[in-house]
Amino acid sequence: MTTLLEVTDLRTRFHTPEGTIFAVNGVSFSLAEGETLAVVGESGCGKSVTMMSLLGLIPIPPGEIVSGCALFHETDLLKSTEATMEHVRGREIGMIFQDPMTSLNPVLTIGQQLTEATIKHLGLSHAQATARAQELMEAVGISDPAKRLSDYPHQFSGGMRQRVMIAMALACSPSVLIADEPTTALDVTIQAQIVELVIKLREQLGMAVIWITHDLGVVAGIADRVAVMYAGFIVEEAHVDDLYEAARHPYTRALIAALPRADQRRGQARLKSIPGAPPSLYALPPGCPFAPRCEWVVDRCWAENPTLQPAATQHQVACWVDTTQEAGQ
Amino acid sequence: MSTVPPLVEVHDLKKHFPVSSGMVFRRAKGSVRAVDGISFDIAPGETLGLVGESGCGKTTAGRTLLALYPPTSGSVLIDGLDVCTVKGREMMAVRRKAQMIFQDPYASLNPRWTVNAIVSEPLHVHKLVSGRRQQTDRVVELLELVGLNARHLNRFPHEFSGGQRQRIGIARALACDPLFLVCDEPISALDVSIQAQVINLLEDLQDRLGLTYLFIAHDLSMVRHLCDRVAVMYLGLMVELADRDELYENPRHPYTQSLLSAVPVPDPKKERARQRMILTGEVPSPINPPGGCRFHPRCPIAKEHCSKLVPVWREIEPDHWVACHEAL
Repeated sequence: MTTLLEVTDLRTRFHTPEGTIFAVNGVSFSLAEGETLAVVGESGCGKSVTMMSLLGLIPIPPGEIVSGCALFHETDLLKSTEATMEHVRGREIGMIFQDPMTSLNPVLTIGQQLTEATIKHLGLSHAQATARAQELMEAVGISDPAKRLSDYPHQFSGGMRQRVMIAMALACSPSVLIADEPTTALDVTIQAQIVELVIKLREQLGMAVIWITHDLGVVAGIADRVAVMYAGFIVEEAHVDDLYEAARHPYTRALIAALPRADQRRGQARLKSIPGAPPSLYALPPGCPFAPRCEWVVDRCWAENPTLQPAATQHQVACWVDTTQEAGQ
Repeated sequence: MSTVPPLVEVHDLKKHFPVSSGMVFRRAKGSVRAVDGISFDIAPGETLGLVGESGCGKTTAGRTLLALYPPTSGSVLIDGLDVCTVKGREMMAVRRKAQMIFQDPYASLNPRWTVNAIVSEPLHVHKLVSGRRQQTDRVVELLELVGLNARHLNRFPHEFSGGQRQRIGIARALACDPLFLVCDEPISALDVSIQAQVINLLEDLQDRLGLTYLFIAHDLSMVRHLCDRVAVMYLGLMVELADRDELYENPRHPYTQSLLSAVPVPDPKKERARQRMILTGEVPSPINPPGGCRFHPRCPIAKEHCSKLVPVWREIEPDHWVACHEAL
């Protein structure tokens, strides 16, 4: 598989009156053609900021991209002009946002919003763009598309709006789709519909997908590879099967252990919870950011922050301790 | 279970919200039948889970149970007192016995009040303490119960994280020694690593104080972990009610089956092998719900009579209740 997107050492900060927020602290990952990468982490771990940085959507100031390189078709997205980025965002990389209620313009019809990109980026005529919009609406499973194109966003339910967002992201047949928590605001039955839809479209169109989420359940069903983020760092990256069967980073292990299971009888008496809360991004400790909450912590963790190192085939982890040896606890 | 009288008895509870139109002369146009006749019991010390999609009426049911909304009809007995009819001093007694934990820990705490003021408010309302000293002692006791401490007394809500705020909300709910707590999606606004902390806290409190919970949630995995029995709602009605493992392993109602098949499982191999039963369409409007069985337009096994006859709430097996003509 050829590499489509290669991100190295991305660092993004925000300068606020209260101090500097270290949101993304040296993130590197790659995405192959047709692959689905899930980026997992809790709120504030930098998963959305990473993607926004790649797409040039970080407001500067207060934001600042301190370092990094994001190669996409031999162009560095982080050093591109606004015109190039507009082209990339319109044609090459589609994005779906978390909240379908607020990401559509309430005073424009769905048709106007769906044809905007194809008219601008593909140079279609109004009639061609409308035909394309109808096709897209059909592809995402909205019935009676010709009629619904003249409806406004408030006439659609949450699940239907998310379908419109997907149609919009796919309008110019991008090679990468970035989905930022696309199902978080939706009910489980609608979530299942959207997940199935993205899987189907991915296969039909051969897109690569980056799926950002905090839900390890959804990840299991959709991802090829998973990157786990904590406090602006990727702490573990592995093939999806390895991650669930043989997670190595204490944070990943704790996250998986904290999940109740709908498919199993309640075994353990209590859920394994992670004590404490994620660190403040204003002042990161010099050592491993997870050290204060980690049950495997050793002296070295407080002084030095481990970097992502290969631990097994296609499995990288940033931890000083080998958690596969049961010496810890 | 049958020997102990239930702590909470709900009988044919209905809550309709009128819908009106017109700017000057408001005319009644109909009503949103948010809760349209539900009945269930909760035994002392039990946790009943109430699940369903957004708009199914589960939050309205929880609020109507505590008379936060006046019910349209039906009765709710909490420890022998009918929430729907009592007034004045008896209402106060009901409120002491039944409290609520809200979904949004950001919106449910007054940002201008200190933790001390927030947690002590029920103590003043119910005249449970006399004097500043006794109040502070009690508030500190409550904070320690939920894993906070005296240092937090004079801080404001914005100084706390989401999980800690939810703990403050729980301390406030516990202030007047209630028997029964309605927990309305108490963890849905929290991060995964914090959710487990709050759930473990709720379980510890139940063990120590003998509390009874109605746990309203859409996270079906957490419901299976926490609840003893689970009730499923669809469009204002209960469609199935059974013991936890019975419901998850042997769901009878097609809606419950599809709901459970949509829950993602953190196991890639299982996920890939899984056949989902994906429902078509969306939940219809509760203003004008479909006739007969309300689920029939989306039901994969609907027969002709399903659109005409309302299914009865029947006990398909001991302690397993379902409202479906076709369920076997």
